[in-house]
Amino acid sequence: MAPLRFIDVSKVYPNGVEAVSHLTLDVEDGEFVVLVGPSGCGKTTALRMVAGLEDVTDGEIEIGDRPVNDLTPRERDIAMVFQNYALYPHMTVAENIGFSLLMQKLPKGEVDAKVEDAARVLGLTEQLRRKPAQLSGGQRQRVAMGRAIVREPAAFLMDEPLSNLDAKLRVHMRAEVSRLQRRLGVATLYVTHDQVEAMTMGDRVAVMRTGKLQQYAPPKQLYDRPANLFVAAFIGSPAMNLYQATVDSEGRSIALGNQTLALPGELADEAVIGRYRGERVVVGIRPEALGDAALGGHASTSQRLQGTVDLVEELGAEKLVHFRIDAERLSTGDERLAGADDETGGELNTGEIGTAAASAGVARIASRSEIAAGQEAAFMVDTTSLHLFDPDEGASLRGEARQPHS
Amino acid sequence: MSTESAATGPLAVSRPHRPGTRSRRVQRIVREVCFYLAVLIVILIALFPFYWILRTSLLSDQAVGQGVGGPNGIIPAHLTGSAYSEDFNQQGFLTPLINSAIVAGLTTLITIVVATLAGYALARMPIRGAGAILAFILVAGFFPVLAMVGPLFLVLRNLGFLDSIWPLIIVYLVYTLPIATYLLRNFFMQIPADLEEAALVDGATRLVALRRVVVPVAIPGVFTAGIIAFILAWNDFAFAVSFLETPSHFTAPLAIVNLGQSQFQVFYNRIDAAVVIITIPVALLVLFAQRRIVAGLTAGSFR
Repeated sequence: MAPLRFIDVSKVYPNGVEAVSHLTLDVEDGEFVVLVGPSGCGKTTALRMVAGLEDVTDGEIEIGDRPVNDLTPRERDIAMVFQNYALYPHMTVAENIGFSLLMQKLPKGEVDAKVEDAARVLGLTEQLRRKPAQLSGGQRQRVAMGRAIVREPAAFLMDEPLSNLDAKLRVHMRAEVSRLQRRLGVATLYVTHDQVEAMTMGDRVAVMRTGKLQQYAPPKQLYDRPANLFVAAFIGSPAMNLYQATVDSEGRSIALGNQTLALPGELADEAVIGRYRGERVVVGIRPEALGDAALGGHASTSQRLQGTVDLVEELGAEKLVHFRIDAERLSTGDERLAGADDETGGELNTGEIGTAAASAGVARIASRSEIAAGQEAAFMVDTTSLHLFDPDEGASLRGEARQPHS
Repeated sequence: MSTESAATGPLAVSRPHRPGTRSRRVQRIVREVCFYLAVLIVILIALFPFYWILRTSLLSDQAVGQGVGGPNGIIPAHLTGSAYSEDFNQQGFLTPLINSAIVAGLTTLITIVVATLAGYALARMPIRGAGAILAFILVAGFFPVLAMVGPLFLVLRNLGFLDSIWPLIIVYLVYTLPIATYLLRNFFMQIPADLEEAALVDGATRLVALRRVVVPVAIPGVFTAGIIAFILAWNDFAFAVSFLETPSHFTAPLAIVNLGQSQFQVFYNRIDAAVVIITIPVALLVLFAQRRIVAGLTAGSFR
């Protein structure tokens, strides 16, 4: 039984905007699924359709194997945590948490007992008699969670529940929400624009863009095998370095500007590279796939890139080296990536220095490296983790697009 | 404080020497004294008519007849409650008071219920032509009252509804409802939709969400609408004087006119006593509601 399922769901607003386009996706029992994407990608609309707060234009939504398109929110057996918490300001914490039970007409004693249980789980016992105005941001967030968990619904829906917390509390609550969800084992659909949240919390992550599902996979697979340029650029911080490159006529190497990288066997395979011989592709290199060649290792010249270092950011455990090479870089302005860098605010991003580094590549390099700004440096490339994309469609050449595990 | 910042600002720059702190303090005190003096004058002007009503209501019939002066100066030498007891005991002012209370009370109640539902629908439901409806409501709300008196008189006469307080309620609703609906609609617009959506997901129907979540949050607006409706109905003279005939059916504002009339004298003390009496419920209502009409009632709901 799948607690939650989208079957070819579309949403077209009266003004003609298609917010969600042919979305098919299911959430397994107890699974934590994150819908992630830049603002305006349709993730919140998708969530609101499940809640019954938004009509479905086309397709079917099922909750617990029951089509719910025509049911009102109250008939759907779901609980939702809103981005702004939407606590009832005139009710105490206990009344807020117990409201849904009251609506179910449970006897008073039972309501009280359940409210107290939920409060204990969330550490709100002391606050039960208070009003939301008297609570801190973190406590309000907990009350919003409490309102959801007290009901034991078929599914939880969460709409950016952590986005109003400060950075430190957000990291803390991230772990807490994950823990709580595992413990309750209730299928959860969680919406966020923060790829770090998506990666850390989701059992599976659905990346959306302009209403269309880009890839639906576990975080690791999303990171290692992005289905297209958008996912590649969206997931990961610092973002993957993307360059225009040309495949040689043999299909054995690619040229980035005047430098050459050998393709590993897997990518040199006829099935992958065949039709791109002598053609242009986009190559993606994760920052951690680059290393300081001066630190040793015996990389041949076909596994190296020469570049000029713009800036070095010392993070203690590692360095972020911003460098330039003589090759055309894909910027986030590219329409295949548009929005990929939007509000992806992970912790690393917030520390990043903006404009100077914007057009440069980034390498994540061992902290013992002595690379300094202004130098020419040689970077080792772990070519086995190169990514190649079609320059027009943006699809990964590995052809592993959209293979959700089951 | 603004006076301080002004003194340390441009003034300090323009003078070569630092001004003595003493002269600055004197300057500040003079300024504050002038300010509060002005405030006092405005308050006196505003409150004097009310004082005069209260003063006159506490005079005896005889003292009123003597006019202002002598022992009946601005602060009279002898005060008495005789005008009040005269109003109630001899003139039967209680009946019109009760009539007014019934009419104004029911008008307020119906206004709140209907305007809440209508205002909510206009604020939230996808209604075709909602803008036109709203514009019409607004126009209706500003329709000149006296222009309605004539036509309504004919309508009520033809229906046989004249000289009764009950049709008055409907008449008052004609102009309390548009104002209250418009006001409440604007109030509901300001309440984040998330709140009621949370209630819907929590298992409430629209109506339950409205009653248990939206209205409590919009209570300042509901009270404001209620007060406006009450005051409009309570204070009305134009409709009442046109549609009522029998003194026992009179509302309070209408009855006041007859209180002071006699062949030989106008009893201003009785009139003013009645004015004081009908002012009390309104004053109490506003005082009571003021405590409810506090800004930022949604504080703590979000973020």
